[in-house]
Amino acid sequence: MSLPNGQGTHKSESVEELKLAAVTELDSADSSERLESWRVDFLGRKGRLTALLRGLGSLDIGERKVIGAGANRLRDELESLYEDRVNQSKSSQVSVGSIDITLPGRKPTLGGLHPSTQMIREITQAFNEMGFQTVEGPEVELEKYNFDMLNIPADHPARDQWDTIWVDSDTHNDVLLRTHTSPMQARVMEQGDPPIRVIVPGKCYRYESTDATHEWHFNQVEGLAVDEGITFADLKGTLYEFARRIFGSTRKVRFRCDFFPFVEPGVDMSIEWNGDWIEILGAGMVHPKVLEYAGYDSAKYTGFAFGMGPERISMLRNEITDIRHFFSNDLRFLTQF
Amino acid sequence: MKVPVSWLSEYVDIDMSLDDLAHRLTMGGNEVDAIERTGWIDNVVVGHVLAVAPHPDADRLRLVTVDHGSGQAEVVCGAPNVAEGQKIAYASIGAVLQDAYSDEPGKTRKLKRSKIRGVVSEGMACSVRELGIGDDHDGILVLDDSAVIGTPIGEILGESVLDIELTPNRPDCLGVVGVARDVSAITRSPLKQPNIDFEATGPDVNSLAQVEIADPDLCLRYTATVIRGVNIGPSPQWLQDRLTSIGERSISNLVDITNFVMFELGQPLHAFDLDKVVDQKIIVRRATEGEKLVTLDDKERELESEMLLIADPDRGIGLAGVMGGANTEISDSTTNVILESATFHGVNNRKTARGLELASQATLRFEKSLRTGLSEVGLRRATKLIAEIAGGEVATGIIDVYPGKGKEQDSVRLDSNHIERILGLKIENAEVETTLGNLGFDLDADGDGWEVKIPYWRPDISIPEDLVEEIARIVGYDNIPITPLAGRPPQWQPQPEMDLRNRVTDALSQAGMRETISYSASTNDGEARVALPAETTSALKLRNPINADYAVMRRTLREAILNTVARNSRTWRGPIAVFETGRVFLDYGEGLPEERQMATGAFAGPRNELHWDASTVGSDFYDAKGAVEAVLDDLGIEAVFKEGEDATFTPGRTAVIKVASASHAVIGVVGEVASGVFSQFDAEVESVAMFELDLAAILKVMQDTGTGLDKFKEFVRLPASHRDLSLIVDTGITAGQIIDIANRNRIVTSATVFDLFEGKGVPEGKKAVAVRLIYQSPNKTLTTDQVGKIERQILKQLADELGAELRVQ
Repeated sequence: MSLPNGQGTHKSESVEELKLAAVTELDSADSSERLESWRVDFLGRKGRLTALLRGLGSLDIGERKVIGAGANRLRDELESLYEDRVNQSKSSQVSVGSIDITLPGRKPTLGGLHPSTQMIREITQAFNEMGFQTVEGPEVELEKYNFDMLNIPADHPARDQWDTIWVDSDTHNDVLLRTHTSPMQARVMEQGDPPIRVIVPGKCYRYESTDATHEWHFNQVEGLAVDEGITFADLKGTLYEFARRIFGSTRKVRFRCDFFPFVEPGVDMSIEWNGDWIEILGAGMVHPKVLEYAGYDSAKYTGFAFGMGPERISMLRNEITDIRHFFSNDLRFLTQF
Repeated sequence: MKVPVSWLSEYVDIDMSLDDLAHRLTMGGNEVDAIERTGWIDNVVVGHVLAVAPHPDADRLRLVTVDHGSGQAEVVCGAPNVAEGQKIAYASIGAVLQDAYSDEPGKTRKLKRSKIRGVVSEGMACSVRELGIGDDHDGILVLDDSAVIGTPIGEILGESVLDIELTPNRPDCLGVVGVARDVSAITRSPLKQPNIDFEATGPDVNSLAQVEIADPDLCLRYTATVIRGVNIGPSPQWLQDRLTSIGERSISNLVDITNFVMFELGQPLHAFDLDKVVDQKIIVRRATEGEKLVTLDDKERELESEMLLIADPDRGIGLAGVMGGANTEISDSTTNVILESATFHGVNNRKTARGLELASQATLRFEKSLRTGLSEVGLRRATKLIAEIAGGEVATGIIDVYPGKGKEQDSVRLDSNHIERILGLKIENAEVETTLGNLGFDLDADGDGWEVKIPYWRPDISIPEDLVEEIARIVGYDNIPITPLAGRPPQWQPQPEMDLRNRVTDALSQAGMRETISYSASTNDGEARVALPAETTSALKLRNPINADYAVMRRTLREAILNTVARNSRTWRGPIAVFETGRVFLDYGEGLPEERQMATGAFAGPRNELHWDASTVGSDFYDAKGAVEAVLDDLGIEAVFKEGEDATFTPGRTAVIKVASASHAVIGVVGEVASGVFSQFDAEVESVAMFELDLAAILKVMQDTGTGLDKFKEFVRLPASHRDLSLIVDTGITAGQIIDIANRNRIVTSATVFDLFEGKGVPEGKKAVAVRLIYQSPNKTLTTDQVGKIERQILKQLADELGAELRVQ
């Protein structure tokens, strides 16, 4: 179909020809100046599309309708394409020249928490959400709380499980560095009435030679729940939930019989790790003597207690091969977590 | 505890794989660390010693000709016990043996052809240690004569051994029968008890020997038998093999039997040469202070008055339950024997053994407070074996001095509902009875529970919970249900100290610093490096520190942080920005020390990571001060930084941090570390800026003033206007002085120094300070005239008080 002469330099363009020219030229409009001249050229009051529409007047009514509708559709289409290009060019700052986007950004310096702190917080939070409140206790402790009230009498072979660093004092020979966070079991029960649900993180100390898997100075997280009607099944339920959160829901967990003087029955909870069972925590039902020493009626109340080493768990999960890294304060270690 | 499977099988049939058995024992509380398969060594066979000749160049070595079934070999041997006609374990070249001279357990070495003092040795005659089946290395292992020459050694010595990590509550499992009883309960296969019946044909035992217990508090029971006319000699092969299989050395039939019964039943025993016991009378008494005794290891021991002695009327003849005396030791010439099986006081026995550093297998058992019933069983078993193996005539009856009779707890009451109360699982009465029955408990059903008799081998059972554990571990912890913790949650209690520490830790970490955790102990000298104030308490000393570097509990975190800076300065190229929030230990000499929470941090090295658009200057005072300001802003504490002195820091570059509120309490210090302090830390950085915040002091301020919770303040919606002033002041005038004057006017809502300049264009001794003032009234829009008026006022005050002039551009 041929069109009558129009105005300007463009003569007798069809709708299709105009569309082709407009799209091609829009593509190559690589600056805002050229984009503007494209707009004037095609969509302006004196532009080529206007000229095409004006030229319709010479046609008969039937042709006018058909071509007119096509030309109006083209106007919508070109306006929309133009809008897109304008938005696009705004965001890419086509006009200001390019920059080296490979240069590093101005990264704010983020500090970080020590991996032990991170692990302790993760553990305590898991228990906080099960209603356990975080509390802390003294690191320099009395023998009474660290041992006697936990059913670990003096000169008993069970004490061999905790090699102790003692405080040297002229006046007191019953002061030590706590060997576990368990003395807080006795302190918490002595200070308050049931129900008890606490989680106790903190530093502990043992007279133990150090190697890749042993430190004389380490953290422990203790837990205690005491109330009427607490059972071994509750212990399992609570610790399963903990293991699920820390090690993932598909991790295999097992509970086996173990011995700690302040619980009966005693429990070792292990998880499967690369084909081996790794002990994660010691636990058990609070020994009736421990309840009685703290002034609780063991005929009325039962409870469970547990303890674990956050550094050990962190070593497992983060594949840390030497526990001595934790307190070396080497930034090459700390900045990895 | 090592439990050879062949030995275990004597008392219980094992109808499952060893891996399954190990798993089930582990789940039930006896953790099997490993299943060791010993004695299976390639290139080691039974050899026959054909000849023993002296080594031409070495007195202590001999040349041994061995027939090993496929030929003969000449080996050089240093063992004193090698003799012609023996059957030995012969290792040919290439055998991999335990390295007997290595301190590292399990280290092996491959046997090579070698010349020993000029003679080629074609292999080796092996000791127990070299074969990896025990510790003995005093001589070579001599096999039973019946061993067939050339047989692989594994067929003779091969054994699977369960290595069980016992818990301290189970002395019964320090005997193989104890482990067998667990296996029996787990597998429901019956236990076959060892035979303890012996035939007594001799005279009444009381006519041959007497026993008197002078200190019945320390010896609860003493049983003894007398066997006359025994033949002391080597043990039969089966007995030697049993001991060898657990790493013990065979000594003589009599001694071996006492050891065997200890490892079988868990009861330590001791045999005395009766003829050497004066008057054939044994007295069990405390030693006198300083009394001396030569023990079996030929060492003279000086005793203390709380040590229990076995004595005759003239002298000590043994250290009760620890080690026998040399004077009554069984020898080759012994013919009459008195066999002791006693129950000694556990704690006392342990103290004695520890005091003399004589840890023995006997003490390992006695210290666990064995029940008196076990001593008689052990006595009867050993007596039966002596009569069988060493011959002789057993006297009629046993000596049984039993001051502890009737004083032990006899039984435990177990209510059936108590089991469910503890476990959360209902266990049928019949199952309770079977389970406990299989473990050897006698139950007397009584109403809604049982009276459970405590067996003689279980000193760990005293309360119903102990029985609940017995049931649970055999039923299996796996079978106990899993329930969420129900019931009332406890009332929440505030933990302000912990909360504050966590908040400060978070703020410092968000401010770009890295948290560190140091050992809580140090030394007085180490802490002296940071020049602690004279009023600091003396340090809490440790009686047995892990080593001399950690002799006292720390009183400061400054030393730790400077150590951290120093160690990282040698390996870390970027900024060092580290802090620690932890406890220091202040001993006021009364009760436990104060454990005071502090936060200490340091900046050293470059301020920024190397970056194309960041300055490469080093960090300084203002980094440390900025961190403090960030923390205090976060806590909502308004602080002032006052010039101050602190021996850790450089004078003139130190600020004491005080609260602005009425108390003016000191809450910390910030400054550049004094070079005299810093130089003692071997740090490869130019300088260190450090701060310390006393969290206990901060907490007190917050509690006294009710700070901590941010309260919303309606912001002023009226326009603010800002003016920049460029002032010329003496260099000694501080920014703080200028800001204080500007801030006197209520309408000035903020005054900020935003530029400092000295040098060209500024007169000597003066500096240019640019200050931006923001003027805003809470209730009206300020006009230009009003702002101008206030500004003139401020400029006048600055001029009058500080000599400040407006800079002419």
